[in-house]
Amino acid sequence: MASTTQLPAAPEAPVLTHAAPRLNSRRAGRRRPNLPGGLGGWLWLAVIVLPIYYVVITSLKNQAGFFATNPMLPPAEPTLDNYRLVLENDFARYFLNSVVVTLGTVIPALFVSFMAAYAIVRGKGRFVNWTNNLFLLGLAIPLHATIIPIYWMITRAHLYDTLLALILPSIAFAIPVSVLILSNFMRDVPNELFESMRLDGCSDWAMLWRLALPMTKPAVITVGIYNALHVWNGFLFPLILTQSPATRVLPLSLWTFQGEFSVNIPAVLASVVLATLPLLVLYIVARRQLISGLTAGFSK
Amino acid sequence: MTITSSNRRRVRDAGPSGWLAAPALAFFLVFAVVPLAGVVFLSFTSWDGLREIRLEGLASWTTVLTDPVTGNALLVTAKIVFFSFIVQAPISLLLGVFTAGSQKYRAALAVLYFLPLLLSSAAVAIAFKALLDPNFGLGPGLQVPLLIQDWLGNSDLVLFVVVFVIAWQFVPFHTLIYQGGVRQIPTSLYEAAEIDGAGRVRQFLNITLPQLKYTIITSSTLMVVGSLAYFDLIFVLTGGGPGYSTRLLPLHMYLTGFKANDMGAASALGVILIVIGLGLALLLQRLGGKNRNDSQLEGA
Repeated sequence: MASTTQLPAAPEAPVLTHAAPRLNSRRAGRRRPNLPGGLGGWLWLAVIVLPIYYVVITSLKNQAGFFATNPMLPPAEPTLDNYRLVLENDFARYFLNSVVVTLGTVIPALFVSFMAAYAIVRGKGRFVNWTNNLFLLGLAIPLHATIIPIYWMITRAHLYDTLLALILPSIAFAIPVSVLILSNFMRDVPNELFESMRLDGCSDWAMLWRLALPMTKPAVITVGIYNALHVWNGFLFPLILTQSPATRVLPLSLWTFQGEFSVNIPAVLASVVLATLPLLVLYIVARRQLISGLTAGFSK
Repeated sequence: MTITSSNRRRVRDAGPSGWLAAPALAFFLVFAVVPLAGVVFLSFTSWDGLREIRLEGLASWTTVLTDPVTGNALLVTAKIVFFSFIVQAPISLLLGVFTAGSQKYRAALAVLYFLPLLLSSAAVAIAFKALLDPNFGLGPGLQVPLLIQDWLGNSDLVLFVVVFVIAWQFVPFHTLIYQGGVRQIPTSLYEAAEIDGAGRVRQFLNITLPQLKYTIITSSTLMVVGSLAYFDLIFVLTGGGPGYSTRLLPLHMYLTGFKANDMGAASALGVILIVIGLGLALLLQRLGGKNRNDSQLEGA
Protein backbone atom coordinates (compact mmCIF):
# COMPACT_ATOMS: atom_id res chain seq x y z
CA MET A 1 0.00 0.00 0.00
CA ALA A 2 1.90 2.99 1.25
CA SER A 3 4.72 2.82 -1.24
CA THR A 4 7.94 4.15 0.11
CA THR A 5 9.18 5.18 -3.30
CA GLN A 6 10.06 8.61 -2.04
CA LEU A 7 12.33 7.24 0.63
CA PRO A 8 14.72 4.89 -1.07
CA ALA A 9 17.46 5.14 1.52
CA ALA A 10 15.76 4.15 4.72
CA PRO A 11 13.95 0.85 4.35
CA GLU A 12 16.01 -1.94 5.83
CA ALA A 13 18.23 -0.15 8.32
CA PRO A 14 17.24 -1.63 11.69
CA VAL A 15 18.15 1.41 13.72
CA LEU A 16 18.21 4.86 12.20
CA THR A 17 21.01 6.27 14.21
CA HIS A 18 21.31 9.45 12.28
CA ALA A 19 18.67 9.96 9.68
CA ALA A 20 19.51 12.80 7.35
CA PRO A 21 17.07 15.66 7.88
CA ARG A 22 14.29 15.40 5.35
CA LEU A 23 12.47 18.63 5.47
CA ASN A 24 9.62 18.03 3.13
CA SER A 25 8.67 14.47 3.86
CA ARG A 26 7.78 14.44 7.48
CA ARG A 27 7.01 10.76 7.71
CA ALA A 28 10.55 10.10 6.59
CA GLY A 29 11.22 8.07 9.68
CA ARG A 30 8.55 5.52 8.87
CA ARG A 31 9.91 2.40 7.33
CA ARG A 32 7.06 -0.05 7.03
CA PRO A 33 4.10 0.66 4.81
CA ASN A 34 1.05 1.77 6.74
CA LEU A 35 -1.26 -1.08 5.79
CA PRO A 36 -4.31 -0.29 7.94
CA GLY A 37 -4.05 3.37 7.01
CA GLY A 38 -3.89 2.55 3.34
CA LEU A 39 -6.80 0.12 3.50
CA GLY A 40 -8.91 2.54 5.49
CA GLY A 41 -8.01 5.30 3.10
CA TRP A 42 -9.17 3.36 0.05
CA LEU A 43 -12.30 2.21 1.86
CA TRP A 44 -13.25 5.77 2.69
CA LEU A 45 -12.58 6.73 -0.90
CA ALA A 46 -15.22 4.21 -1.97
CA VAL A 47 -17.65 5.65 0.57
CA ILE A 48 -17.09 9.14 -0.83
CA VAL A 49 -17.05 8.31 -4.51
CA LEU A 50 -19.88 5.78 -4.82
CA PRO A 51 -22.74 8.23 -4.17
CA ILE A 52 -21.18 10.81 -6.45
CA TYR A 53 -20.78 8.21 -9.19
CA TYR A 54 -24.41 7.15 -8.76
CA VAL A 55 -25.67 10.72 -9.04
CA VAL A 56 -23.66 11.45 -12.17
CA ILE A 57 -24.56 8.29 -14.08
CA THR A 58 -28.22 8.50 -13.12
CA SER A 59 -28.45 12.11 -14.26
CA LEU A 60 -27.42 10.90 -17.72
CA LYS A 61 -30.20 8.30 -17.99
CA ASN A 62 -33.60 8.78 -19.52
CA GLN A 63 -36.70 7.71 -17.63
CA ALA A 64 -36.95 4.33 -19.35
CA GLY A 65 -33.27 3.62 -18.78
CA PHE A 66 -33.63 4.61 -15.14
CA PHE A 67 -36.40 2.14 -14.47
CA ALA A 68 -35.06 -0.66 -16.63
CA THR A 69 -31.33 -0.91 -16.06
CA ASN A 70 -29.13 -1.79 -13.12
CA PRO A 71 -28.83 1.46 -11.13
CA MET A 72 -25.08 1.05 -10.70
CA LEU A 73 -24.29 0.63 -14.38
CA PRO A 74 -23.67 3.64 -16.59
CA PRO A 75 -26.38 4.32 -19.17
CA ALA A 76 -26.09 2.54 -22.51
CA GLU A 77 -27.19 5.71 -24.27
CA PRO A 78 -26.26 8.71 -22.15
CA THR A 79 -28.52 11.69 -22.66
CA LEU A 80 -28.31 15.35 -21.69
CA ASP A 81 -32.08 15.80 -21.83
CA ASN A 82 -32.33 16.07 -18.04
CA TYR A 83 -29.82 18.89 -18.04
CA ARG A 84 -31.75 20.66 -20.77
CA LEU A 85 -34.95 20.34 -18.73
CA VAL A 86 -33.27 21.82 -15.64
CA LEU A 87 -31.67 24.66 -17.57
CA GLU A 88 -35.02 25.52 -19.16
CA ASN A 89 -36.53 25.78 -15.68
CA ASP A 90 -34.95 29.09 -14.69
CA PHE A 91 -31.74 27.55 -13.49
CA ALA A 92 -29.84 30.60 -14.76
CA ARG A 93 -31.88 32.93 -12.57
CA TYR A 94 -31.33 30.86 -9.42
CA PHE A 95 -27.66 30.70 -10.26
CA LEU A 96 -27.49 34.48 -10.62
CA ASN A 97 -29.36 34.94 -7.33
CA SER A 98 -26.82 32.70 -5.62
CA VAL A 99 -23.97 34.72 -7.11
CA VAL A 100 -25.50 38.00 -5.94
CA VAL A 101 -26.18 36.72 -2.43
CA THR A 102 -22.73 35.12 -2.13
CA LEU A 103 -20.76 38.15 -3.34
CA GLY A 104 -23.08 40.51 -1.49
CA THR A 105 -22.32 38.66 1.72
CA VAL A 106 -18.69 37.69 1.36
CA ILE A 107 -17.25 41.06 0.33
CA PRO A 108 -18.85 43.18 3.08
CA ALA A 109 -18.24 40.44 5.65
CA LEU A 110 -14.56 40.35 4.74
CA PHE A 111 -14.32 44.11 4.86
CA VAL A 112 -15.84 44.57 8.32
CA SER A 113 -14.23 41.44 9.77
CA PHE A 114 -10.82 42.51 8.58
CA MET A 115 -11.11 45.90 10.25
CA ALA A 116 -12.39 44.26 13.42
CA ALA A 117 -9.56 41.73 13.45
CA TYR A 118 -7.05 44.53 13.07
CA ALA A 119 -8.59 46.45 15.96
CA ILE A 120 -8.66 43.31 18.12
CA VAL A 121 -5.07 42.30 17.45
CA ARG A 122 -3.46 45.72 17.56
CA GLY A 123 -5.80 47.58 19.85
CA LYS A 124 -6.03 47.42 23.58
CA GLY A 125 -8.67 48.21 26.11
CA ARG A 126 -12.00 47.05 27.36
CA PHE A 127 -14.04 47.83 24.29
CA VAL A 128 -11.84 45.72 22.04
CA ASN A 129 -11.65 42.82 24.48
CA TRP A 130 -15.35 42.87 24.99
CA THR A 131 -15.99 42.85 21.25
CA ASN A 132 -13.61 39.94 20.80
CA ASN A 133 -15.30 37.93 23.55
CA LEU A 134 -18.69 38.61 22.05
CA PHE A 135 -17.58 37.21 18.69
CA LEU A 136 -16.05 34.17 20.39
CA LEU A 137 -19.32 33.56 22.14
CA GLY A 138 -21.02 33.73 18.76
CA LEU A 139 -18.93 30.74 17.69
CA ALA A 140 -20.20 28.62 20.56
CA ILE A 141 -23.89 29.36 20.07
CA PRO A 142 -26.05 27.75 17.39
CA LEU A 143 -27.07 31.09 15.94
CA HIS A 144 -29.72 29.52 13.75
CA ALA A 145 -31.85 29.29 16.87
CA THR A 146 -32.39 33.05 16.45
CA ILE A 147 -34.16 32.61 13.13
CA ILE A 148 -37.60 33.61 14.43
CA PRO A 149 -36.64 37.12 15.60
CA ILE A 150 -34.67 37.51 12.37
CA TYR A 151 -37.79 36.61 10.43
CA TRP A 152 -39.71 39.18 12.46
CA MET A 153 -37.11 41.89 11.81
CA ILE A 154 -36.91 41.16 8.10
CA THR A 155 -40.67 41.28 7.66
CA ARG A 156 -40.92 44.48 9.71
CA ALA A 157 -38.21 46.08 7.59
CA HIS A 158 -40.22 45.11 4.49
CA LEU A 159 -37.30 43.08 3.23
CA TYR A 160 -39.11 39.74 3.16
CA ASP A 161 -38.62 37.90 -0.14
CA THR A 162 -35.70 40.08 -1.26
CA LEU A 163 -32.10 39.08 -1.76
CA LEU A 164 -31.09 41.67 0.82
CA ALA A 165 -33.04 39.65 3.40
CA LEU A 166 -30.55 36.83 2.83
CA ILE A 167 -27.47 39.02 2.66
CA LEU A 168 -27.82 41.02 5.88
CA PRO A 169 -28.09 38.19 8.42
CA SER A 170 -25.56 36.14 6.46
CA ILE A 171 -22.99 38.90 6.91
CA ALA A 172 -23.61 38.93 10.65
CA PHE A 173 -23.35 35.15 10.95
CA ALA A 174 -20.10 35.12 8.97
CA ILE A 175 -18.39 37.60 11.28
CA PRO A 176 -17.36 35.45 14.30
CA VAL A 177 -15.43 32.83 12.38
CA SER A 178 -13.98 35.41 9.99
CA VAL A 179 -12.68 37.62 12.77
CA LEU A 180 -11.25 34.59 14.54
CA ILE A 181 -9.27 33.32 11.54
CA LEU A 182 -8.12 36.78 10.47
CA SER A 183 -6.99 37.80 13.94
CA ASN A 184 -5.16 34.49 14.44
CA PHE A 185 -3.18 35.23 11.31
CA MET A 186 -2.66 38.89 12.07
CA ARG A 187 -1.05 38.12 15.42
CA ASP A 188 1.91 36.75 13.48
CA VAL A 189 2.65 40.05 11.74
CA PRO A 190 5.66 41.45 13.62
CA ASN A 191 4.80 44.44 15.73
CA GLU A 192 7.96 46.25 14.62
CA LEU A 193 6.52 46.60 11.13
CA PHE A 194 3.51 48.45 12.47
CA GLU A 195 5.64 50.54 14.78
CA SER A 196 8.00 51.63 12.06
CA MET A 197 5.06 52.56 9.85
CA ARG A 198 3.63 54.48 12.77
CA LEU A 199 6.89 56.35 13.17
CA ASP A 200 6.72 57.21 9.49
CA GLY A 201 3.43 58.89 10.29
CA CYS A 202 1.06 56.35 8.80
CA SER A 203 -2.56 56.39 9.85
CA ASP A 204 -4.35 53.26 11.05
CA TRP A 205 -6.25 53.19 7.81
CA ALA A 206 -3.04 53.19 5.74
CA MET A 207 -1.47 50.50 7.92
CA LEU A 208 -4.57 48.40 7.57
CA TRP A 209 -4.54 48.34 3.79
CA ARG A 210 -0.84 48.71 3.02
CA LEU A 211 0.64 46.44 5.68
CA ALA A 212 -1.92 44.20 7.39
CA LEU A 213 -3.80 43.25 4.24
CA PRO A 214 -0.78 42.15 2.16
CA MET A 215 0.65 40.30 5.15
CA THR A 216 -2.53 38.33 5.77
CA LYS A 217 -3.60 37.75 2.18
CA PRO A 218 -3.75 33.93 2.57
CA ALA A 219 -6.07 34.29 5.55
CA VAL A 220 -8.26 36.76 3.69
CA ILE A 221 -8.59 34.31 0.81
CA THR A 222 -9.33 31.47 3.25
CA VAL A 223 -12.06 33.42 4.97
CA GLY A 224 -13.50 34.48 1.65
CA ILE A 225 -13.65 30.91 0.38
CA TYR A 226 -15.04 29.52 3.63
CA ASN A 227 -17.81 32.08 3.80
CA ALA A 228 -18.57 31.75 0.11
CA LEU A 229 -19.02 27.99 0.48
CA HIS A 230 -21.33 28.48 3.43
CA VAL A 231 -23.47 31.15 1.86
CA TRP A 232 -23.60 29.49 -1.55
CA ASN A 233 -24.88 26.29 0.07
CA GLY A 234 -27.07 27.98 2.68
CA PHE A 235 -30.60 26.65 2.93
CA LEU A 236 -32.33 27.84 6.10
CA PHE A 237 -32.30 31.59 5.43
CA PRO A 238 -33.62 31.20 1.87
CA LEU A 239 -36.28 28.78 3.10
CA ILE A 240 -37.55 31.17 5.73
CA LEU A 241 -36.82 34.61 4.33
CA THR A 242 -37.77 34.20 0.67
CA GLN A 243 -40.69 32.70 -1.13
CA SER A 244 -41.01 33.56 -4.82
CA PRO A 245 -39.05 32.03 -7.71
CA ALA A 246 -37.60 35.49 -8.39
CA THR A 247 -35.54 35.34 -5.19
CA ARG A 248 -34.86 31.61 -5.18
CA VAL A 249 -31.24 30.52 -4.71
CA LEU A 250 -29.69 27.26 -5.89
CA PRO A 251 -29.98 25.00 -2.81
CA LEU A 252 -33.62 25.96 -2.42
CA SER A 253 -34.19 25.41 -6.13
CA LEU A 254 -32.97 21.83 -5.70
CA TRP A 255 -35.58 21.27 -3.06
CA THR A 256 -38.45 22.83 -4.98
CA PHE A 257 -37.29 21.03 -8.09
CA GLN A 258 -37.45 17.78 -6.20
CA GLY A 259 -41.05 18.58 -5.35
CA GLU A 260 -42.01 19.51 -8.91
CA PHE A 261 -40.27 16.61 -10.62
CA SER A 262 -40.57 14.01 -7.89
CA VAL A 263 -41.15 11.21 -10.37
CA ASN A 264 -38.27 12.24 -12.62
CA ILE A 265 -35.34 11.28 -10.41
CA PRO A 266 -32.72 11.56 -13.19
CA ALA A 267 -33.79 15.19 -13.74
CA VAL A 268 -33.62 15.95 -10.02
CA LEU A 269 -30.12 14.49 -9.88
CA ALA A 270 -29.14 16.50 -12.95
CA SER A 271 -30.10 19.62 -11.01
CA VAL A 272 -27.87 18.43 -8.18
CA VAL A 273 -24.95 18.04 -10.58
CA LEU A 274 -25.60 21.42 -12.17
CA ALA A 275 -25.78 23.17 -8.80
CA THR A 276 -22.47 21.62 -7.76
CA LEU A 277 -20.67 22.23 -11.05
CA PRO A 278 -19.71 25.89 -10.43
CA LEU A 279 -18.07 24.96 -7.13
CA LEU A 280 -16.36 21.99 -8.73
CA VAL A 281 -14.82 24.25 -11.38
CA LEU A 282 -13.67 26.58 -8.65
CA TYR A 283 -12.25 23.63 -6.72
CA ILE A 284 -10.29 22.41 -9.72
CA VAL A 285 -8.88 25.86 -10.40
CA ALA A 286 -8.12 26.85 -6.81
CA ARG A 287 -7.77 23.54 -4.99
CA ARG A 288 -4.35 24.13 -3.51
CA GLN A 289 -5.27 27.56 -2.24
CA LEU A 290 -8.61 26.35 -0.90
CA ILE A 291 -7.28 23.32 0.95
CA SER A 292 -4.15 24.92 2.37
CA GLY A 293 -6.10 28.00 3.33
CA LEU A 294 -8.80 26.08 5.15
CA THR A 295 -6.23 23.83 6.82
CA ALA A 296 -4.21 26.74 8.12
CA GLY A 297 -7.29 28.74 9.00
CA PHE A 298 -8.62 26.17 11.42
CA SER A 299 -5.45 24.58 12.73
CA LYS A 300 -3.53 27.62 13.75
CA MET B 1 -14.22 54.71 23.43
CA THR B 2 -11.18 55.32 21.26
CA ILE B 3 -8.18 53.46 22.56
CA THR B 4 -5.70 56.28 22.39
CA SER B 5 -2.43 56.90 24.11
CA SER B 6 -4.01 58.80 26.99
CA ASN B 7 -2.91 56.42 29.73
CA ARG B 8 -0.02 54.88 27.90
CA ARG B 9 3.59 55.68 28.47
CA ARG B 10 4.92 55.60 24.95
CA VAL B 11 3.02 57.04 22.03
CA ARG B 12 4.26 54.44 19.57
CA ASP B 13 2.61 51.68 21.58
CA ALA B 14 -0.79 53.14 20.90
CA GLY B 15 -3.00 50.61 19.16
CA PRO B 16 -5.51 51.50 16.51
CA SER B 17 -8.87 52.96 17.21
CA GLY B 18 -11.34 50.46 18.58
CA TRP B 19 -13.89 51.96 16.26
CA LEU B 20 -12.48 49.89 13.45
CA ALA B 21 -14.35 47.02 15.08
CA ALA B 22 -17.59 48.99 15.11
CA PRO B 23 -19.06 48.00 11.71
CA ALA B 24 -18.60 44.29 12.43
CA LEU B 25 -19.94 44.79 15.91
CA ALA B 26 -22.97 46.66 14.61
CA PHE B 27 -23.87 43.89 12.16
CA PHE B 28 -23.39 41.28 14.82
CA LEU B 29 -25.39 43.17 17.40
CA VAL B 30 -28.32 43.80 15.07
CA PHE B 31 -28.55 40.37 13.45
CA ALA B 32 -27.25 38.06 16.16
CA VAL B 33 -27.32 39.62 19.63
CA VAL B 34 -30.64 41.42 19.32
CA PRO B 35 -32.30 38.26 17.89
CA LEU B 36 -30.70 36.35 20.74
CA ALA B 37 -32.52 38.58 23.17
CA GLY B 38 -35.54 38.55 20.86
CA VAL B 39 -35.89 34.80 20.96
CA VAL B 40 -35.98 34.89 24.75
CA PHE B 41 -38.61 37.64 24.65
CA LEU B 42 -40.72 35.87 22.03
CA SER B 43 -40.75 32.72 24.11
CA PHE B 44 -42.99 34.58 26.56
CA THR B 45 -45.42 35.68 23.87
CA SER B 46 -47.98 34.21 21.59
CA TRP B 47 -47.52 34.96 17.91
CA ASP B 48 -48.64 33.21 14.76
CA GLY B 49 -46.09 34.94 12.56
CA LEU B 50 -48.53 37.42 11.06
CA ARG B 51 -50.79 39.10 13.60
CA GLU B 52 -49.91 41.07 16.72
CA ILE B 53 -47.44 39.70 19.22
CA ARG B 54 -49.12 39.27 22.60
CA LEU B 55 -47.41 38.75 25.93
CA GLU B 56 -48.47 35.42 27.35
CA GLY B 57 -46.17 34.78 30.25
CA LEU B 58 -45.15 31.18 30.64
CA ALA B 59 -47.84 29.67 28.40
CA SER B 60 -45.45 28.74 25.59
CA TRP B 61 -42.99 27.29 28.02
CA THR B 62 -45.67 25.19 29.64
CA THR B 63 -46.76 23.94 26.23
CA VAL B 64 -43.24 23.12 25.16
CA LEU B 65 -42.12 21.52 28.39
CA THR B 66 -45.19 19.32 28.72
CA ASP B 67 -45.27 18.28 25.06
CA PRO B 68 -43.87 14.74 24.70
CA VAL B 69 -42.67 15.70 21.20
CA THR B 70 -40.19 18.11 22.80
CA GLY B 71 -38.74 15.35 24.94
CA ASN B 72 -38.54 13.16 21.88
CA ALA B 73 -36.82 15.92 19.89
CA LEU B 74 -34.28 16.33 22.70
CA LEU B 75 -33.65 12.61 22.71
CA VAL B 76 -33.26 12.49 18.92
CA THR B 77 -30.91 15.48 19.07
CA ALA B 78 -28.83 13.87 21.80
CA LYS B 79 -28.63 10.63 19.84
CA ILE B 80 -27.63 12.39 16.63
CA VAL B 81 -25.02 14.57 18.36
CA PHE B 82 -23.62 11.58 20.23
CA PHE B 83 -23.50 9.10 17.36
CA SER B 84 -22.26 11.72 14.90
CA PHE B 85 -19.43 12.49 17.24
CA ILE B 86 -18.59 8.83 17.88
CA VAL B 87 -18.54 8.14 14.15
CA GLN B 88 -16.95 11.32 12.84
CA ALA B 89 -14.25 12.06 15.40
CA PRO B 90 -12.17 8.87 15.00
CA ILE B 91 -12.62 8.69 11.23
CA SER B 92 -11.58 12.29 10.68
CA LEU B 93 -8.70 11.97 13.12
CA LEU B 94 -7.33 8.89 11.39
CA LEU B 95 -7.93 10.26 7.91
CA GLY B 96 -6.31 13.52 8.93
CA VAL B 97 -3.20 11.70 10.14
CA PHE B 98 -3.25 9.56 7.00
CA THR B 99 -3.59 12.44 4.53
CA ALA B 100 -0.91 14.45 6.33
CA GLY B 101 1.60 11.95 4.96
CA SER B 102 3.39 12.98 1.85
CA GLN B 103 3.12 10.18 -0.71
CA LYS B 104 1.69 11.22 -4.03
CA TYR B 105 -1.16 8.71 -3.92
CA ARG B 106 -2.39 10.17 -0.68
CA ALA B 107 -2.52 13.58 -2.30
CA ALA B 108 -4.53 12.08 -5.13
CA LEU B 109 -6.93 10.43 -2.67
CA ALA B 110 -7.28 13.68 -0.79
CA VAL B 111 -8.50 15.46 -3.94
CA LEU B 112 -11.52 13.15 -3.93
CA TYR B 113 -11.92 13.05 -0.15
CA PHE B 114 -12.72 16.72 -0.01
CA LEU B 115 -15.39 16.71 -2.71
CA PRO B 116 -18.29 16.58 -0.21
CA LEU B 117 -17.13 19.97 1.09
CA LEU B 118 -18.49 21.47 -2.10
CA LEU B 119 -21.98 20.05 -1.96
CA SER B 120 -24.86 21.79 -0.28
CA SER B 121 -26.75 19.81 2.34
CA ALA B 122 -29.79 19.92 0.09
CA ALA B 123 -27.79 18.33 -2.72
CA VAL B 124 -26.36 15.68 -0.40
CA ALA B 125 -29.78 14.86 0.98
CA ILE B 126 -31.35 14.56 -2.47
CA ALA B 127 -28.48 12.39 -3.69
CA PHE B 128 -28.76 10.00 -0.75
CA LYS B 129 -32.51 9.88 -1.00
CA ALA B 130 -32.13 8.56 -4.52
CA LEU B 131 -29.23 6.29 -3.62
CA LEU B 132 -31.12 4.70 -0.73
CA ASP B 133 -34.28 4.16 -2.71
CA PRO B 134 -35.40 0.57 -2.07
CA ASN B 135 -36.32 0.08 -5.74
CA PHE B 136 -33.81 2.03 -7.77
CA GLY B 137 -30.85 2.67 -5.46
CA LEU B 138 -27.70 1.06 -4.22
CA GLY B 139 -29.29 -2.09 -2.77
CA PRO B 140 -30.97 -3.41 -5.89
CA GLY B 141 -28.01 -2.19 -7.91
CA LEU B 142 -25.44 -4.21 -6.06
CA GLN B 143 -27.86 -7.11 -5.58
CA VAL B 144 -26.88 -7.48 -1.94
CA PRO B 145 -30.02 -8.55 -0.05
CA LEU B 146 -28.80 -6.90 3.14
CA LEU B 147 -28.66 -3.55 1.35
CA ILE B 148 -32.19 -3.79 0.00
CA GLN B 149 -33.97 -1.98 2.81
CA ASP B 150 -36.38 0.85 3.12
CA TRP B 151 -33.60 2.85 4.74
CA LEU B 152 -35.52 6.07 5.19
CA GLY B 153 -38.90 4.51 5.89
CA ASN B 154 -37.81 2.26 8.72
CA SER B 155 -37.88 4.12 12.01
CA ASP B 156 -35.30 1.78 13.55
CA LEU B 157 -32.79 2.35 10.77
CA VAL B 158 -33.35 5.93 9.76
CA LEU B 159 -31.42 7.54 12.61
CA PHE B 160 -28.29 5.65 11.68
CA VAL B 161 -28.75 6.52 8.05
CA VAL B 162 -28.93 10.17 9.06
CA VAL B 163 -25.78 9.80 11.16
CA PHE B 164 -24.03 8.17 8.21
CA VAL B 165 -25.04 10.88 5.76
CA ILE B 166 -23.96 13.58 8.21
CA ALA B 167 -20.59 11.84 8.49
CA TRP B 168 -20.33 11.60 4.73
CA GLN B 169 -20.79 15.32 4.44
CA PHE B 170 -18.80 16.59 7.41
CA VAL B 171 -15.92 14.13 7.91
CA PRO B 172 -14.00 15.77 5.03
CA PHE B 173 -14.06 19.14 6.77
CA HIS B 174 -12.80 17.73 10.05
CA THR B 175 -10.23 15.63 8.22
CA LEU B 176 -8.92 18.89 6.85
CA ILE B 177 -8.64 20.38 10.33
CA TYR B 178 -6.75 17.33 11.61
CA GLN B 179 -4.52 17.26 8.56
CA GLY B 180 -3.46 20.81 9.33
CA GLY B 181 -2.94 19.95 12.98
CA VAL B 182 -0.77 16.94 12.22
CA ARG B 183 1.38 18.94 9.82
CA GLN B 184 2.26 21.31 12.62
CA ILE B 185 3.70 18.59 14.84
CA PRO B 186 7.49 18.93 14.79
CA THR B 187 9.11 16.11 12.82
CA SER B 188 11.89 15.93 15.37
CA LEU B 189 9.49 14.31 17.86
CA TYR B 190 8.94 11.39 15.52
CA GLU B 191 12.64 11.14 14.75
CA ALA B 192 13.43 10.93 18.43
CA ALA B 193 10.73 8.30 18.95
CA GLU B 194 12.10 6.38 16.00
CA ILE B 195 15.53 6.31 17.59
CA ASP B 196 13.99 5.09 20.82
CA GLY B 197 12.40 2.28 18.85
CA ALA B 198 8.80 3.33 19.22
CA GLY B 199 6.46 1.71 16.73
CA ARG B 200 3.74 3.41 14.75
CA VAL B 201 1.02 2.78 17.29
CA ARG B 202 3.14 4.09 20.15
CA GLN B 203 4.08 7.13 18.11
CA PHE B 204 0.43 7.77 17.41
CA LEU B 205 -0.60 7.38 21.06
CA ASN B 206 2.34 9.17 22.64
CA ILE B 207 3.09 11.93 20.15
CA THR B 208 0.30 12.50 17.66
CA LEU B 209 -2.65 12.38 20.06
CA PRO B 210 -1.22 14.63 22.80
CA GLN B 211 0.10 17.09 20.23
CA LEU B 212 -3.33 17.26 18.63
CA LYS B 213 -5.07 18.11 21.90
CA TYR B 214 -6.20 21.57 20.85
CA THR B 215 -7.05 20.46 17.35
CA ILE B 216 -9.27 17.79 18.88
CA ILE B 217 -11.01 20.40 21.03
CA THR B 218 -11.57 22.72 18.08
CA SER B 219 -12.87 19.99 15.85
CA SER B 220 -15.08 18.55 18.58
CA THR B 221 -16.55 21.93 19.43
CA LEU B 222 -17.34 22.66 15.81
CA MET B 223 -18.74 19.15 15.44
CA VAL B 224 -21.04 19.34 18.44
CA VAL B 225 -22.24 22.91 17.97
CA GLY B 226 -22.55 22.20 14.26
CA SER B 227 -24.67 19.12 14.80
CA LEU B 228 -27.02 21.14 16.99
CA ALA B 229 -27.69 23.24 13.92
CA TYR B 230 -28.22 20.35 11.48
CA PHE B 231 -31.33 21.29 9.74
CA ASP B 232 -31.10 21.38 5.96
CA LEU B 233 -29.79 17.85 5.58
CA ILE B 234 -32.43 16.20 7.75
CA PHE B 235 -35.20 18.50 6.55
CA VAL B 236 -34.64 17.42 2.95
CA LEU B 237 -33.64 13.82 3.64
CA THR B 238 -36.40 12.69 6.00
CA GLY B 239 -38.46 15.75 6.92
CA GLY B 240 -38.12 14.51 10.50
CA GLY B 241 -39.85 11.22 9.84
CA PRO B 242 -40.94 8.58 9.68
CA GLY B 243 -43.15 9.66 12.53
CA TYR B 244 -40.96 11.71 14.82
CA SER B 245 -37.93 9.47 14.57
CA THR B 246 -35.52 12.04 13.10
CA ARG B 247 -37.23 15.21 14.25
CA LEU B 248 -34.36 16.84 16.08
CA LEU B 249 -34.58 20.12 17.94
CA PRO B 250 -33.84 22.66 15.16
CA LEU B 251 -36.28 20.89 12.84
CA HIS B 252 -38.88 20.71 15.60
CA MET B 253 -38.39 24.44 16.13
CA TYR B 254 -38.87 25.18 12.43
CA LEU B 255 -41.96 23.01 12.11
CA THR B 256 -43.51 24.44 15.29
CA GLY B 257 -42.87 28.01 14.19
CA PHE B 258 -43.35 28.04 10.46
CA LYS B 259 -45.67 25.10 9.85
CA ALA B 260 -47.78 25.05 13.02
CA ASN B 261 -47.53 28.87 13.26
CA ASP B 262 -46.72 28.83 16.95
CA MET B 263 -43.77 31.22 17.12
CA GLY B 264 -43.94 31.48 20.90
CA ALA B 265 -43.38 27.76 21.41
CA ALA B 266 -40.79 27.72 18.63
CA SER B 267 -38.90 30.52 20.39
CA ALA B 268 -38.90 28.56 23.63
CA LEU B 269 -37.38 25.66 21.68
CA GLY B 270 -34.82 28.09 20.25
CA VAL B 271 -33.85 29.17 23.75
CA ILE B 272 -33.40 25.54 24.78
CA LEU B 273 -31.20 25.00 21.73
CA ILE B 274 -29.03 28.00 22.58
CA VAL B 275 -28.63 26.92 26.21
CA ILE B 276 -27.61 23.41 25.19
CA GLY B 277 -25.17 24.69 22.56
CA LEU B 278 -23.52 27.10 24.93
CA GLY B 279 -23.37 24.52 27.69
CA LEU B 280 -21.75 21.90 25.49
CA ALA B 281 -19.25 24.37 24.05
CA LEU B 282 -18.23 25.56 27.51
CA LEU B 283 -17.95 21.98 28.70
CA LEU B 284 -15.65 21.09 25.82
CA GLN B 285 -13.49 24.13 26.48
CA ARG B 286 -13.30 23.24 30.16
CA LEU B 287 -12.26 19.69 29.34
CA GLY B 288 -9.48 21.14 27.23
CA GLY B 289 -7.85 22.90 30.17
CA LYS B 290 -7.27 26.56 30.78
CA ASN B 291 -3.65 27.07 29.91
CA ARG B 292 -4.42 28.78 26.64
CA ASN B 293 -6.01 32.10 26.05
CA ASP B 294 -9.59 32.32 24.90
CA SER B 295 -9.07 32.99 21.25
CA GLN B 296 -6.82 30.03 20.79
CA LEU B 297 -9.12 27.78 22.73
CA GLU B 298 -11.93 28.55 20.39
CA GLY B 299 -10.07 28.39 17.20
CA ALA B 300 -6.92 26.41 17.64
